[in-house]
Amino acid sequence: MVSVKRLVLDILKPHQPDALEFSCTLAKGGDDYRVGLTVIEMDENTETIQVVIEGSNINFEAIQSAITSMSGSLHSIDVVEVQSEPDKE
Amino acid sequence: MNPLSQIRFLLRITRTHGIVRRYFVVNGFDGALTMLGLIMGFLISSSADLSVIINASLGAAIALGVSGVSSAYVSEKAERRRALGELEDTMITDLQESAHGEAARWVPMLIALVNGSAPLIISLLIISPLWLSRAGVLLFISPLYAAIIIAFLLIFLLGVFLGRVSGISWLRSGIQTLLIALVTILLIFLFAGG
Repeated sequence: MVSVKRLVLDILKPHQPDALEFSCTLAKGGDDYRVGLTVIEMDENTETIQVVIEGSNINFEAIQSAITSMSGSLHSIDVVEVQSEPDKE
Repeated sequence: MNPLSQIRFLLRITRTHGIVRRYFVVNGFDGALTMLGLIMGFLISSSADLSVIINASLGAAIALGVSGVSSAYVSEKAERRRALGELEDTMITDLQESAHGEAARWVPMLIALVNGSAPLIISLLIISPLWLSRAGVLLFISPLYAAIIIAFLLIFLLGVFLGRVSGISWLRSGIQTLLIALVTILLIFLFAGG
């Protein structure tokens, strides 16, 4: 089994929901998610952010769904860390 | 997310708290002054049956409510659609299934509800002494005078609310709105009293 341990995502989002609410919503997607968000660029209506998500087993589909639900647009996956683990019998 | 939190969230992301507040006050004021004018009109005219006064006032209250709901819904729907379209153009993304898409569908309904219910509820509160009197409840003053007192109280409270919102003295703001009500009565006496 391969577990996603760390993701660095490039996202474009509107100003609202704000960075705090955005990162908290992503963090709620998992029991042990650690989310770091940096605003890279900003214009009148939108902001480009870099989001770092760390966890024991990140559910990427859930993260993508959360981003879309908050009106964000995933531009790129910049960094990925995965780990293979033996399947639990 | 519970419904109230969801509503707060949608208002937050569209930054429409101020619009909701503004519509509540503006249309609440409309309802209060319209009822005040109607009651004053009946008061200075030859005595009318309580049922006539109640029906006329109720008709006006319902019309204000329907007008508030329909006008706000149409205008806010257009505004939300425009804002969503602009955001979609900027992000080159379809946002129909996102929070902003949901807000574009629900926020106009919410604003319309506030815009319509504010004058309706305030109007119904003002004419409540008329209903109570017709139902046989003994009031210590004439139901028309009681309705006018309630109208003044509600107009004062709207002023207090405005004062709180704008950070100025609530008493000063309440008195300002009361003065507007007094000027209304004066004008009615001047033009309709003769």
